[in-house]
This record gives sequence, structure tokens and C-alpha cells, in this order.
Amino acid sequence: MIEQNNDNVLRFMTCGSVDDGKSTLIGRLLFDSKTILTDTLRQIEKTSKKRGMTAIDLSLITDGLQAEREQGITIDVAYRYFTTGTRKYIIADAPGHEQYTRNMVTAASTAQLAIILVDARKGLLTQTRRHSYLSKLVGIKHILVAINKMDLISYDESSYHQICEDYLKFANDIRLASPGVNIEFIPISALNGDMIVDRGNSLKWFKGPTLLEFLENLDTSEDIKESTLRFPVQYVCRPHASDNKELHDFRAFMGRIESGLLKVNDKIKVLPSGHKSKVVEIRVGDELINEAIPEQSVTVSLSDEIDISRGDMLVHENDSINAVKGFSAMVCWLAEVPLSLSRTYLIMHTTRVSKVKITQIHHKVNIQNLEMENAEILKTNDIAQLSFKLAQPLIVDSYDENRSTGSFIIIDESTYHTVGAGMIQTIA
Amino acid sequence: MKKLLTHLDWLESEAIHIMREVAGQCSNPVLLFSGGKDSLCLTRIAEKAFRPGRFPFPLMHIDTGHNYSEVINFRDKKTSELGERLIVASVEESMKKGTVVLKSDDEPRNKYQSITLLEAIEEHGFDCCIGGARRDEEKARAKERIMSFRDEFGQWDPKNQRPELWDLYNAKVHKGENIRAFPISNWTEMDVWQYIERENLELPSIYFAHKRDIVRRNEAIVPVTEVTPVKLGEKIENIMVRFRTVGDITCTAPVESYADDVKKIILETASTTITERGATRLDDQMSDAAMEERKKEGYF
Repeated sequence: MIEQNNDNVLRFMTCGSVDDGKSTLIGRLLFDSKTILTDTLRQIEKTSKKRGMTAIDLSLITDGLQAEREQGITIDVAYRYFTTGTRKYIIADAPGHEQYTRNMVTAASTAQLAIILVDARKGLLTQTRRHSYLSKLVGIKHILVAINKMDLISYDESSYHQICEDYLKFANDIRLASPGVNIEFIPISALNGDMIVDRGNSLKWFKGPTLLEFLENLDTSEDIKESTLRFPVQYVCRPHASDNKELHDFRAFMGRIESGLLKVNDKIKVLPSGHKSKVVEIRVGDELINEAIPEQSVTVSLSDEIDISRGDMLVHENDSINAVKGFSAMVCWLAEVPLSLSRTYLIMHTTRVSKVKITQIHHKVNIQNLEMENAEILKTNDIAQLSFKLAQPLIVDSYDENRSTGSFIIIDESTYHTVGAGMIQTIA
Repeated sequence: MKKLLTHLDWLESEAIHIMREVAGQCSNPVLLFSGGKDSLCLTRIAEKAFRPGRFPFPLMHIDTGHNYSEVINFRDKKTSELGERLIVASVEESMKKGTVVLKSDDEPRNKYQSITLLEAIEEHGFDCCIGGARRDEEKARAKERIMSFRDEFGQWDPKNQRPELWDLYNAKVHKGENIRAFPISNWTEMDVWQYIERENLELPSIYFAHKRDIVRRNEAIVPVTEVTPVKLGEKIENIMVRFRTVGDITCTAPVESYADDVKKIILETASTTITERGATRLDDQMSDAAMEERKKEGYF
């Protein structure tokens, strides 16, 4: 459990379709946490009336683009914000429609928690399984199954337990249930507001936390393994042109700690060159600090003048990691144009870009039944295991071990569109 | 060991990371700087990202010619304190050239900033503009990428955005195309004020409660100025107001307030019942999709 007043950020995604009441749930969270202000509410009231509804339709809060309002569906990932005064929440609202698998993967890529909505009347659907599979694929460690529309099944406790049981069985089947993954269940009625922010009066048999209490208390901190330092260099600071003479020889390396700890006096090496040095100073702005933790953007000075540029990675001296020129990865294909095995693509991994060839499509995931099948071609929204051959060496970890150094995007060399998203599995 | 960054540290770190990605990936970026509160957060982030070096980009203001002098003076003072270069691209210059044509003399010039901006991008060959837009400001912005692609005509195509995964930002463009980078996308109005407080950032005086001549028009408070004169039958009042957003005079309205320092503004922000743009931006109230339309035309 985190301490009360823990002031940090929780990023979560919501999965489900309009029919599951996803938009209503988000609307309810924002409304009951008093994030929705009068003028927005008035607009929603107007629109609700225009559409002939008697009560305010909270799902309209998440309506974004003109085309979406016209079609009554969500096309693109939208980001919403609310705070409880302690924690700041960022919601990635992903559309639930089948053709938008890529949006779900996009939303999941930055989420720490997935809230999967299940319609209590319908139980587990193909879609529920798909959302769960994608959450697992993208490495989300916390899953909350919110069993919605409890009001429509008279808040029946045994139906709720049956759905929980079904879900756990399925989670075992896809190996979602594992020691590193935390799965929780809450019965809710987004429409009536039961068990979202307030407990309501209809779910007295449920003794667990409300959805907001769950969010407030979710501990997303992970053990920082000091030794797994990954510091990709983003930018090299050389103010030699400055008027300040003291800065003529100043050189520092700017970037963000992706994992591990970086401390003053740490012995480090630069990959791929292998040059060694020692950390002299770590700064955030003007402030000197003794150690930098994951997700912190810092400026680092070293004791030796060695050649370092953008795309290099600092790791601890005794780390055995090496640069590689190939690997296999699970890839979600994002582009309308199918993957071509005869073309060269660009791969963007941490701060490095390399040319890449895809040498083999091993198999593809049938998103309906989650089984693997052979594939010759990869089209938009397909997920498959591919082999890669790189022109430049990259310093990678498997995605399971490290979300930052295990992930990459594929860019079309001629259009520069982002066409694929990959998660590294095994290193060749 | 377990440690997490506080929410402000996390937001700051993310913004620094985004700015450094712009510097690392783009060959000729520029930072859009108006002297307003969001762009002042950006310059502080740029200091943290690049000092003791210079910023790897100039600052640029798209000036409609209808700005409060307090803000323009502050803009110039801040730029010289930073020791960075400021480019001013003027909507009035575009009007002289004939590329901006107002429908009437008193038409608000805010939307024409797009034209002047696109002209400046072309003139200087910028491949990326860093802006202080936030996703919580407006519903179209909630769906915009952190690095948002614009075509040769500066247009945003909301249905054809580049997917943005993890924090891998694809800022690659061809000549003539452009990236708009928004480092404080994930900040809310409250985060901005908390950051201003923590970093002790100086702001133009009109953000704080002061006495001003105003008239009440429809539901908005309209300041009485040379470009927004009193209309027949309107009564001038002198009341305490502050600006929540600062932009072109003709489309930015103040709110009634006694909050004369940052602490009081934070308290007020926590208890307000009206959204930032809802209260103060006359240009967003034109239609349900006003912002989306402007963005498609090349607006920030």
C-alpha cells in the first residue's frame, strides 16, 4: 500500500465498447470527482436534450472529434485528467471497436493499469478476452475487471462471483494470471454511480474498495534494481560558443534514466563503444543531486573526455549487456499498407534509429480465438512474431524485463509514418 | 528500493524529455513564446533541459498587434533575461502583404495567427514548433499527439495521426512538413499554477487581480480597450478581475477575482466551476468544434 498523501501519477486505460458503459464510467469518475465544470456540463445537457434524452448522458463527456460526435463512436485515443488532491490521474480512453486494435495497443503502451469493463448481463465476451490479451501483451501489471451494469441484474452477488471465476479461469488459460500481475474485481453501476466514487446502497454485500479507493491505493512502484542502469543519451551539451569562459570545456550528457539508479562516482561504460568513465556530477537544472531514479531527466558529467553522442547508452561498468544486430519481437502492425518483407524500414529504439529488415514472419495471433497461426502477410491491426536484422547495433533488453529498452517503433522510410510497434522477445 | 517522482517532478521530467527529443531529432525547431503562463513554463523547462548551454532554438511570438502592453513588455524582458533570440512574426505584416484579409476591421485576429505562423515557418524553414498547448484545454486537443504531424499546408488531420507509443516520438518530416511538439500536453491548469508556484516563476501582472474597466456582454466580461470599445447602451464598471488565459485582446476575457498572488489563484483554480477556455476564450464559444476547425487550418 502507498502512504496517504502520496503525490504521484497513475496512468490507466479503460477498455470496453460504448455498450459496456466505458464512456459512462469515465464520465462518472470525472463528474463525481468534480472535474467536470459547469460550462462543460451545460453543453452536455444541451446535447443530451438534442438527442432526446431525459437525463444527462455522462458518456458525452468523452466525446471528442466532430466525426466521432456524428457517428457516436470513439475513433482515437483521448487523454483525460483528474486529480483527487493527492494523486494525479491520466486516463487513456481507447476505443473498443475491433478495427481499432492499434489504438488499444497505443493506449496500453503508457498505462500502468487497465480497467477492463464487463457487462454483467453478458459476462465474458470475445472482446473482453481480446482486451485482456492485449493488456498482457503490452505488459500491464495491474488489471481491474469492473463488472458493470450490476443494476440491470438486480445487483446479484452470485452472478458477479460467476463472472469473476470465469475471468480467472480465462486469465490462467492465457497466462495473464502470473506472480507479476495483479488482478482485481469490482462490481459497479456506472449509470447509477454505485461503487465508483460513492459506495451507493445497492451493493452492500461487496466488502472491497470502491473504484476510486482502489485507484487511490494502488501501489505501482517497483523495486528499483540498482544494477540495471539504462541511460540513453538524448543530447550532448557543449556550450563552448558561450561567452562564459568557464564553460569552454564543459561537456555533459542529457537524457532520462530508463531503469536502475545513477549515482555520483558510479563507474559506467558507454555502449556500443565500450569506453569507461566515472560520474562526476548529476544535475536537474541548476540543482546538483547525488542520485537519479527512473523516469528522471538529468544532465550527467563524466570524468573522462570520451566520444559520446545521441543514441549511445550509459550502463554500469560491470553490466554484461551488449549491442545486438538482430532479435525477434511481437509486433502490432499499425499502417494501412501491409508489411513488405522486401522493403527496408527504420526502427526507432530509445534514442537510436537504425535501418532494419524483417527477415521472417513466424506466426500471427488470431485475435478472435487468441491462437497462433501461420501468416504470409501482415496487415493493419495484426499482431505477429517477427525476426529483425539491424543495420546499426542496438542496446536492447527483452520487453518483459524492461519496457523502455524492450520497445521500439517501425517507421516507413519513404512516408515517415509510424507503421509498427514492437516488443522484443529474444535476442539473436 | 522503491521510489516514485512526485507528480510535478514527473510532469517536468516528461516535458524535458520531449524538448530534448525535439532538439535531438529536428534540425531547425522554434519555441512559440507569447509571454503567457504556459509558454513561461516552457521556457523554464527549456532552461532545465539545456542549461548551461544555449537553447537549441529561438523563441517566436505570433503577434496579432492586439496584445496587452503588460504582456508584450514582459515578453521582451523575459527574452533578454534568458539571453535567447526572439522572432516576432506579426499578423499586421501579413495584413499589409495581403495574405491576411479581415472580413471587417473589428474581426478578431486570433484565427489569422495560423496564416502568419505558416508564413514564418516557411520563411525560416522551421521543421518543428514547440508549443504550450495542453490536452485538458479543449476536447479536440485531448486527442492530439505530443508530437503532432502537420502537412505542407500546416493542416492537422485528426483521423490520420501517427500512432504514438511509449515515449518514442517520431518527429521525422519531409521538407515543408512540420511537427508541432507539445511538452506540457499532460498538464492541467492546476499543474501549471502549482509549477509556477514551485519554480517561483514571474508572470505578467494581468494574471493577478487588478481593477479594470469592463462591460458585461452576453455572459462574458469584456475589458474596455481601444480595440474593444463600449457599445451603445452598455455600462462601464470598474471591478477586480484577473486573466486566466492571455491572448489577443479581442478574444480573451478576464474573470472576476480577488486572487492577487499565486497561492490565492491555486485556491481559486481548485474551486472554480467554469473551465479555463469556457470562461475566457470568446473564440472557442463560436461552435462545438471551433478549436478542431482552427487546428485543421494550421492553428497551434
